[in-house]
Amino acid sequence: MPVAAAAARRKHPTSVGWWPVLFIGPLLAGVAVFYYYPIVANAWTSLTSSNAFGQNPEFVGVDNYAEVFASGELGSALGNTIGYTLIVLLGIPLAVLASALIALPGLRFAGLYRALFFMPYLAMPMAIAQVFRLVFNGDFGLVNQGLRALGVSTTPYWLTTPGFALLTVALFGLWASIGFNVIILSAGLKGIPVDLYEAASLDGAGPIRQFFSITVPLLTPSIFFLTIIQTINGFQLFDALFALMGWTNPALPQTRSLVYLFYHQGFIVNDKGTAAAVAMVILVLVAGVTLVQFVGQRRWVHYG
Amino acid sequence: MADPSARRRSRGPRYPWAHVLLILGALLMTFPFLWQLLMSVSTNAEIQSVPPQPIPDRLHFSNYAEVFERLPFLNQFGVSVLITVARTAGQVVLCSMAGYAFARMRFPLRNVLFIALLLILMIPSQAYIIPQYGLVQAWGLLETPWAIILPGLFSAFGTFLMRQQFMSLPIELEEAARLDGANPFQVFSRVMLPLATPGIFAVAITTVLYSWNDLLWPLIVTTREESMPLSVGIATLQGQHTTDYAVIMAASVMAMAPIFVLFMLMQRRVIEGLATSGLKG
Repeated sequence: MPVAAAAARRKHPTSVGWWPVLFIGPLLAGVAVFYYYPIVANAWTSLTSSNAFGQNPEFVGVDNYAEVFASGELGSALGNTIGYTLIVLLGIPLAVLASALIALPGLRFAGLYRALFFMPYLAMPMAIAQVFRLVFNGDFGLVNQGLRALGVSTTPYWLTTPGFALLTVALFGLWASIGFNVIILSAGLKGIPVDLYEAASLDGAGPIRQFFSITVPLLTPSIFFLTIIQTINGFQLFDALFALMGWTNPALPQTRSLVYLFYHQGFIVNDKGTAAAVAMVILVLVAGVTLVQFVGQRRWVHYG
Repeated sequence: MADPSARRRSRGPRYPWAHVLLILGALLMTFPFLWQLLMSVSTNAEIQSVPPQPIPDRLHFSNYAEVFERLPFLNQFGVSVLITVARTAGQVVLCSMAGYAFARMRFPLRNVLFIALLLILMIPSQAYIIPQYGLVQAWGLLETPWAIILPGLFSAFGTFLMRQQFMSLPIELEEAARLDGANPFQVFSRVMLPLATPGIFAVAITTVLYSWNDLLWPLIVTTREESMPLSVGIATLQGQHTTDYAVIMAASVMAMAPIFVLFMLMQRRVIEGLATSGLKG
C-alpha cells in the first residue's frame, strides 16, 4: 500500500502535466487556424491587390484604403450604419419599460408576456423579413393602406426610396432586438431587492418616482451591457439589410452598411483587397466605439 | 413601478394600465408572425388586395406543397439541421473541455492563452472571413456543409461561459474523485460535466440559434441551391420573375418552425440560459 501510494504520488504530477494540452489543444488549434491566422492574413490582404481571379497578390501599400476612402462609398456606408445603430438603440428604453412592467409583483400572465416579447429574437431574419417586405410594400402594403385611410395622399415606396428604406430596415432591427433586451433586463431586475421598493413606498414615492430613482439606476449595468452589444450588432448590420433589400433593389447603393459594402467588394465585385481594407476599418471603428463606451460608463453606470 | 404594497391595497384586476401597454407591445411583437401565418395560406391575389384581406376565403395549403417544387427544401432543411447539430455538439465538447482546463488546471501560460482567446470576441467576423474563405476553398470544401461547420466549432464565447460555469462549482467533489483514483478526464466527464448542465445549456442555445439563422458566411460559401442552408435558400425565392409572396410566406414559416417548437418545449430553460449567457458574456 505505501509503495502504491508513493508511486501514485510520483506518477500524479507528471501525468497531470500533459492533460491541459489534451483539454485545450483541439480548441486552440482550431482557433489558430480559423481565427488567428485569418486575422493576420486579412491585414496583409488589405495591403495587396490581386488579379480578377483573386490570384497573384501584389503589395500595394495603402492603395486599397485610399481607394475606399476616396470613392465616398465608405462615408455613405458609415453614415447608414450609424443611423441604423442609433434607431436600434431606441429599443433599449422601450425594453426597460416593457421588462419593468412585466416584473410588476404579482402581475398576471407575466411569463406569457415575456415569451411573446421574446419571440422576435428567435426568428430567422431572412424568413421574418419577408413579412416586413409585404407590410411595407409601396402599392398594397398594410402600412401604406393605413396611411391612405388616414388621408396621406402620397405614400412612400418604403423599400425602394433610400431614406425610407434605411428607416424600414432600422425598424426591423429595432423589432428584432427587443426580445434579447427584455431577457437581459429581466435578469437584471431580478437582482434588485424588493425591500428597496418597500422602503420607497413607505417614504411616499409613487410608482413613477420609484421607476426613475430605483429601477433605472440599478439597471444601469444591464443597460450598459446592452448598449455595448447593440452598438456592436448595429455596426455588424447585414442580415436585416440583405433580407429586406435583396440584390436588385435600386435604393441599395445608397443604403449599404459597412458590412454590406465589405460583402459587395469581396464577394460580388470580387476585389478582396479593398474588402479586406473595409474589414480593417470596421474592426477599428468597433474597437474605438466600444472603448469610448467603456470609458464613458463611469459617468452613468452604478454598480451595486 | 414594482410596488409590492399594491398587492395589499387592491383586489380585482391589478395594474390595468400595465396590461394595456403590455398587450399593445405584445401585439407589435407577434403581429408579423401571425400575419405571415395567415398569408402563407392565402392566394397572391388576396395578399395584394386593396383593401387588405387578412382572412383568406379558403385555406391554401398548396402554398406549402409548392415550396417543395420551388426549392430543394428537404436538402436545405437537412443542411440546416446538420450544421446546427454539428456546431452545437462540437462547441459543447470543445468549449467544456477547454473551459474546464482554464478553470481548474494549473499550467504554464494559462492566463496568457485565455486572454488571447478572449481577444477574438472583440474582433468583428469580417476581419477574418476573407482568409477563412481562402482556407475552405483551398481545401475543396466550398458547397459542402463542412465549409459552414468547421469555423463554427471553435468558440471563445462558449469557452468563456464554460469556464465561468466550472469556476462556480465546488472543488471538494473533484478532490474526492481524484483521491478515488480517477484521472483528470474521468473527473471531468463523470463528476464535473454533469454538474455543468446550466452552462452547457447556455452554450447549446446560443449556438443553435446562431447556427440556424446564420446568413453571411453560408451565403458566401454556398452558391448551389442544394448546398445552402434554409437561411440562405429563402433568399433565392424572392423576385426571380414575379414574386410569389404566398410561397415565400409558407417557406418562411417552415424555416422558423423547428426553432419555435424547440422554444416551446423548453421555454424556461431557454430564457434562463440566454439570460445567464448574456450577463456573463
